[in-house]
Amino acid sequence: MMRKFYGTELSNGLMLGTAQYPSPAILADAFERSGAAVATVSLRRESGKDKAGQDFWEMIQRLGVRVLPNTAGCHTVKEAVTTAHMAREIFGTKWIKLEVIGEEDLLHPDVFGLVEAARILSEDGFEVFPYCTEDLVVADRLLNVGCEVLMPWGAPIGSGQGLNNLFGLRALRAHFSDVPLVIDAGLGLPSHAAQAMELGFDAVLLNTAVAKAGSPALMAEAFGLAVKAGQMAALADPMEKRDMAAPSTPVIGKAFLT
Amino acid sequence: MNIQLNGEVCQTEAKTLDLLLVQFEYGDAVVATAVNGEFVAEQQRGAVEICDGDAVEILAPMQGG
Repeated sequence: MMRKFYGTELSNGLMLGTAQYPSPAILADAFERSGAAVATVSLRRESGKDKAGQDFWEMIQRLGVRVLPNTAGCHTVKEAVTTAHMAREIFGTKWIKLEVIGEEDLLHPDVFGLVEAARILSEDGFEVFPYCTEDLVVADRLLNVGCEVLMPWGAPIGSGQGLNNLFGLRALRAHFSDVPLVIDAGLGLPSHAAQAMELGFDAVLLNTAVAKAGSPALMAEAFGLAVKAGQMAALADPMEKRDMAAPSTPVIGKAFLT
Repeated sequence: MNIQLNGEVCQTEAKTLDLLLVQFEYGDAVVATAVNGEFVAEQQRGAVEICDGDAVEILAPMQGG
């Protein structure tokens, strides 16, 4: 069963970013082949003469996917809250991927600012997708201030390292069994996405792994398949691990040949 | 008067934010606005006065992860 995101059921658990593609055509191809259900988008300064953002927005609308605006690059609560309001007006959605960055080397979330910004935005009617860590206490605080979805990182943004803290992520999944959880950031390979889904996460959000692949559209399709495979595996109730071997071929009836 | 428009110093005589958008040729572009760090909704742009030294941000959709 796929958990709903603020009452919305997505067709699959792949959320794909729209940045860093070699061209708009390749971006569109990647979305088509991956079948991603959600596209993340952002806001940047617009020149009245160039109007560069208008063509991009028209193209995203043609993709026919749900958009999830972000507050990428925001380092303070005020910046993030103002950006969220601007995004809500432009994109016409209450969904906001809330990023409040506290440290530059790892783009580590400022979890204190994150909770405060989430509180303000939730009270103002936003449906907040907070980019957080696997910290259980921070997760609890985010839920207490109104978040109904959590987006813990797999690894630092753009690092491609996969799930760096398996124990922490498993604990988060177990502790908040009813909460929709999205692994956001740090995935580099489809196997990372499959692993996240096998662990019972509801979706993965990635960008660089696809956009920076030699063939973004092919990689996008691979991620789409991996997410589907991982989700099916989770539903299939995987076997328990064990330390010692257990023969799979029946021993009874085996010929005595020594 | 001088203002900061998207981080650049600009001269304007526009009295309100909606007139500033006209002066700088935004036309019917899909944009969102903020003045001095505060969000200004589209329907309020005509009521927001522009003053010397104001910092105006005009943002549009962009690629994001």
